[in-house]
Amino acid sequence: MMDTFLNVSSGLFLLIGIFLCLTGGLGILRFPDFYTRLHAVGVTETLATAMILFGLILHNPDFFIDIKLLIILLMTLFISPTASHALANAAFHNELSKQKDAKSNSEITSSKS
Amino acid sequence: MMKDLLAVIMLLGIYSLLSSSFFVVMDAVDVAFTEAAVGAGISTLLMLVAISMTGRSEHPVRHKPLLALAVVFVTGSLLIYGTLDMPYFGSAHAPIHQQVAPRYINDSMQEIGVPNIVTSVLASYRAYDTFGEVVVIFTAGIGVLSLLSWVRRSGYTKDDDSYNQSMHEQHLILRIVTKMMIPFILLFALYVQFHGDFGPGGGFQAGVIFASAIFLYTMLFGMSTARRVISQPFIQILAATGVLLYGSVGVASLLNGKNFFDYSALSSDPVAGQHLGILLIEMGVGLTVTSIMIIIFFNFVSRRNNLPRKENQDI
Repeated sequence: MMDTFLNVSSGLFLLIGIFLCLTGGLGILRFPDFYTRLHAVGVTETLATAMILFGLILHNPDFFIDIKLLIILLMTLFISPTASHALANAAFHNELSKQKDAKSNSEITSSKS
Repeated sequence: MMKDLLAVIMLLGIYSLLSSSFFVVMDAVDVAFTEAAVGAGISTLLMLVAISMTGRSEHPVRHKPLLALAVVFVTGSLLIYGTLDMPYFGSAHAPIHQQVAPRYINDSMQEIGVPNIVTSVLASYRAYDTFGEVVVIFTAGIGVLSLLSWVRRSGYTKDDDSYNQSMHEQHLILRIVTKMMIPFILLFALYVQFHGDFGPGGGFQAGVIFASAIFLYTMLFGMSTARRVISQPFIQILAATGVLLYGSVGVASLLNGKNFFDYSALSSDPVAGQHLGILLIEMGVGLTVTSIMIIIFFNFVSRRNNLPRKENQDI
């Protein structure tokens, strides 16, 4: 009973994680400029990693591996938003404007088609 | 054709990370760990620093690339043709599974007594090869030192202070998170160093992780701050000490009447001697790798800081 409950809930968490990863990837492909793409990935990725790691923790009975996964989870919660912030900050300070990027982007797509 | 070198380096890093994941699939966790730490981590970083000095885009090619492409294609197909004669992957009749591998797998627990066979092969059976690798890294460090000497600017100027202030406002969040992370990175490096006997890890990976923590500090707090912690003569002596430690373990076993790098001579109990020898040479490897990586990085960054200030705003 307990086992099935753990298996089902860990599968559920993994599915949510996979769905969030997919939406992030879709966002990178479909959004028009740098900042919105970063937003799509930066927001979903943190939660997706957390969900996947949490699903793995529920799935794994070994205590020490659970602790290691928990530490990785904590590190990700620190590092992933910081990385997004660093990227956005660097783009902002180097004066990457929304229009400029969108324009160059549309130029690339139009030259492709 | 890829003209943007930044994109090329990023693709190389992604390729390294992916190949480390297929090493995991093939159960070669030690190799995967090394690939992730060295290939995806430190070499990407060093190449990024290098293009920050040389410029981001490639010069226009004057020669025709078709000939080069043809040569690469022919060499590649010859290599693939050569692999047709090799035994299939994982085949039990492959020569490698007939000669030394059974001995390593069956006897290493009695002879070396280290649970991780990779470490016992790398550090004891094949200590010569590993010594060669360490000397290669040391030579690379010497090469960088003699080509780009570490140029000293006089002291801590006022310009530095104002620059530091503007950096502080721009990178406040990064600085705080980095300060929180660095102790854990250093601790993890030490864990990898001393846990190499029992799990994946060892001197090479530990040295690279240790050095990357210091890179992170240097990138966010500036060269002049980092140089107050790590001075040039000290780090050079450290690099040489690592190689010296490794070599002298070999000489010590020679003086005790066994072969070069036969650590069972180091103690009255052969297995304890092996443990001691592996610990010492892993220390040597870790020291050399850490200090050579720091030397290379510091030389690159110092050279870059001597360029006009306008260009170096983003490091």
